[in-house]
Amino acid sequence: MNALLSRRRSYFEATARARVAGLLDPGSFAEFLPPAESAPSPHLANLDLPGAFDDGVVVGGGRLAGAPVLVAAQEGQFMGGAVGEIHGAKIVGLLRRAVREKPAAVLLLVDSGGVRLHEANAGLIAISEIMRAVLDARAAGVPVLALVGGSCGAFGGMGIVTRLCSGVVMSEEGRLSLSGPEVIETVAGVEEFDSRDRALVWRVTGGKHRYLTGDCADLVEDDIAAFRQGATDFLAKWREPAPDLTRLRADQVRLETRLTRFARHRDGLDVWAELGIPRPEEVPLLDRDTLVALKEGLPA
Amino acid sequence: MNAPAPRAWDTQRQSRRRRLERAASQGLERRVPAERIIDLLEAVIEPGDRVCLEGNNQKQADFLAESLADCNPERIHDLSMVQSVLALASHVDLFERGLARRLDFSFSGPQGSRLARLVQDRRIEIGAIHTYLELFGRYFVDLTPNIALIAAHSADAAGNLYTGPNTEDTPVIAEATAFKSGIVIAQVNELVDAVPRVDVPADWVDFYVVAPRPNYIEPLFTRDPAQITEVQVLMAMMAIKGIYAEYGVKRLNHGIGFDTAAIELLLPTYATELGLKGKICTHWALNPHPTLIPAIESGCVESIHSFGSEVGMENYIAARPDVFFTGADGSMRSNRAFSQTAGLYACDMFIGSTLQMDLAGNSSTATLGRITGFGGAPNMGSDPHGRRHPSPAWLKAGREAGGDGAIRGRKLVVQMVETFREHMAPVFVEELDAWKLKESMGMDLPPIMIYGDDVSHIVTEEGIANLLLCRTPEEREQAIRGVAGFTPVGMARDRRQVENLRDRGIIRRPEDLGIDPRQASRDLLAARSVKDLVRWSGGLYAPPARFRNW
Amino acid sequence: METLEFIFDSDPALHPAQPAALCGVVGSGNLEILVQPGEDAGLCTVRVKTSARGFGTTWQAVLGAFAATHAAGGTRIDINDMGATPAVVTLRLGQALSEYHQGGAR
Repeated sequence: MNALLSRRRSYFEATARARVAGLLDPGSFAEFLPPAESAPSPHLANLDLPGAFDDGVVVGGGRLAGAPVLVAAQEGQFMGGAVGEIHGAKIVGLLRRAVREKPAAVLLLVDSGGVRLHEANAGLIAISEIMRAVLDARAAGVPVLALVGGSCGAFGGMGIVTRLCSGVVMSEEGRLSLSGPEVIETVAGVEEFDSRDRALVWRVTGGKHRYLTGDCADLVEDDIAAFRQGATDFLAKWREPAPDLTRLRADQVRLETRLTRFARHRDGLDVWAELGIPRPEEVPLLDRDTLVALKEGLPA
Repeated sequence: MNAPAPRAWDTQRQSRRRRLERAASQGLERRVPAERIIDLLEAVIEPGDRVCLEGNNQKQADFLAESLADCNPERIHDLSMVQSVLALASHVDLFERGLARRLDFSFSGPQGSRLARLVQDRRIEIGAIHTYLELFGRYFVDLTPNIALIAAHSADAAGNLYTGPNTEDTPVIAEATAFKSGIVIAQVNELVDAVPRVDVPADWVDFYVVAPRPNYIEPLFTRDPAQITEVQVLMAMMAIKGIYAEYGVKRLNHGIGFDTAAIELLLPTYATELGLKGKICTHWALNPHPTLIPAIESGCVESIHSFGSEVGMENYIAARPDVFFTGADGSMRSNRAFSQTAGLYACDMFIGSTLQMDLAGNSSTATLGRITGFGGAPNMGSDPHGRRHPSPAWLKAGREAGGDGAIRGRKLVVQMVETFREHMAPVFVEELDAWKLKESMGMDLPPIMIYGDDVSHIVTEEGIANLLLCRTPEEREQAIRGVAGFTPVGMARDRRQVENLRDRGIIRRPEDLGIDPRQASRDLLAARSVKDLVRWSGGLYAPPARFRNW
Repeated sequence: METLEFIFDSDPALHPAQPAALCGVVGSGNLEILVQPGEDAGLCTVRVKTSARGFGTTWQAVLGAFAATHAAGGTRIDINDMGATPAVVTLRLGQALSEYHQGGAR
């Protein structure tokens, strides 16, 4: 086991480019608007801040287990992966291209705190355009799969985008939510949410919790190869459904029921107990396979 | 002929008796209730006493410190404090509230700024800054405590104490005090029917109190592998290949830092690939660094003796008694005095980092506005002239320094440091801040942590400088400039001389060692996160909450 | 932000494996480097955009040392920097040039 540990390539630590290279079939990736042909953010330049050549997101096409896919990977180490005008336009352009080309899937490697506040309205508009573009791609029959496992997780507008996708694959290290923990604490006080209690933050927003509540389809190890396998497995089983109002209404009811059922709970531990997990305090310590088996054994 | 005037030879015992009688007259017995602790302190302590308050690097007798600070300064004043570390706010309160006047110590990292202000306000006399072993030695010569305030984990009804993994300085403090008629007062976390083992015997202990909270222990030696940078990996590779392998360093101490953590995490991977398992890093004087777990699990390590313990490592240590020093009860026993001795005489190498270095190789962590001292580094990072037993590393270093006719060996003392610190502050400087601190604080000498005379090698991202091979101060200066990178000191190098030093092997660049800097990647680390360390330990390592997201 | 421009003599680079190579990330204490073909086979031109002001002399020395010890002629190098130390800059330059020659992602 220890030899395997040394060979694992952490998805959490890897740059966006390294994630793309490790996820797709070797040598299959071709970047759209590569850094040499791109331009950094004019908004950041106006604020006298250095930009990034690719504005913090890599977009392009390649193959996943032989199937053609389009990919967008956010760089969490640049400005917290936050979405600015150019960054957002690259993702939107990719999703619109998916409507035309109909690849087997679009992979969104989400690693973002949401809107890039420096860019104000341009950032907000960019994210709302991404939301619409995700839904358009799905309506055209193209699955959009979100992968969440980086240091920024998927928060804010990108948290919403993530849940609009056909599915989400997460690692334990990943987080998926809306308001950031520090924001909640600043606005509502430390009794409401102690953002420095990292274990609590992960019990409420982390991959294991999201997996147990059904917000993500699969939980994988923090390993680029594991994400590749998780993505491949998901797409092998997934058929993108046509837009259907009845199904949407049913989803809405399901979510409202869920909200009522768990409204009082303030900690993942309480939710897991409610779901029927016998010793919820052990969940954070369980390895991935044990947790997956545990979930599969739960009452529906 | 006049007969000599009669002299009493047991004045200290008489003083001890009087103090104990004062306590007894107030109904205070060996076991003291927490709410009466101030009564006890005011009964047994006298103005002008020398008091040793157990502030270790990790463990703190915090309840006793706070209680002492709450005593009446009209009854207790002009105390001379002797302690290893000034760690807690209450340690400084003693001076601000007029209970204590004088201080002899070793390290004061967290309280460095407050200490500097007290000195400038003339509210404190600093006797001297020491290295730990030096201070312990003086406990038996001219700084013997009248009163020792110590911390233990548990006591039995008789007053035997169990100090467990965090034994640290307690034995040396208790012995010096108990055997010179002093009074030893211990705070404990709990009372038990039988202590797991006796670390301090009851007849060395006069009073014990169950503290309201367990004594505070600082997790000082935990380094998150996620913070190790590629530059640190590069320097670690150079140190391993250019020094550890070259000299065959089996017995060593690592100063705390991310640079040394990187070396620890390369032992099962890079070092093992170089065929060095069993040939280097087998015997350690070292605190239980979590980052050494992969090396231990991989069979690279035979033995570790520790100065103190490390929070979260207790179960792992107890499960590895072949490696760590553990009692029959199963838990570790640390001992700072013995570990410091081991580091001085029984180790062939010390390697650590620093904040500043000058052109003679003197290094200091002193910064303006703070008095911090040095802890154990001056001892670990010194070449002991008393050593006599040979080892290949010691002999080789001795020949490099003294030629083939050398009459003694040399300990390897390695300073490993990036040329720039945060905010682009250069590490290499013409003059250490320590000189300005000497002036502003009225010290006799500038606070230098490790003397250039003792330094054998300097490792930076630019390469390794071997000072043992330098024959003149000028060569030494250029050797240092030659690895000082793009700092002003480095840029002022004499290029021709530096090239000559490189030709002679005094300066070696990564490529001279056969290392391609592009190979320096975090992928070489055996563990890249705290969670990885937990997995390596088979779940035995329990990191403190601040290092976990679970 | 400060923008700095330099031109250095350098031995001609090997034929590139790809039109452009990117290395690094614009995070705190880090930088990204883009290496592309330049105009003159014997020159290495560099443009730096950096959040840390006032280190022009240091950049000159670091980049100059790199150009002198590597075959970087015929390249144009663009850098976005967020306060990296010379140690990190030197490491990344080596990585970027290597990728320019050999390809492969980091």
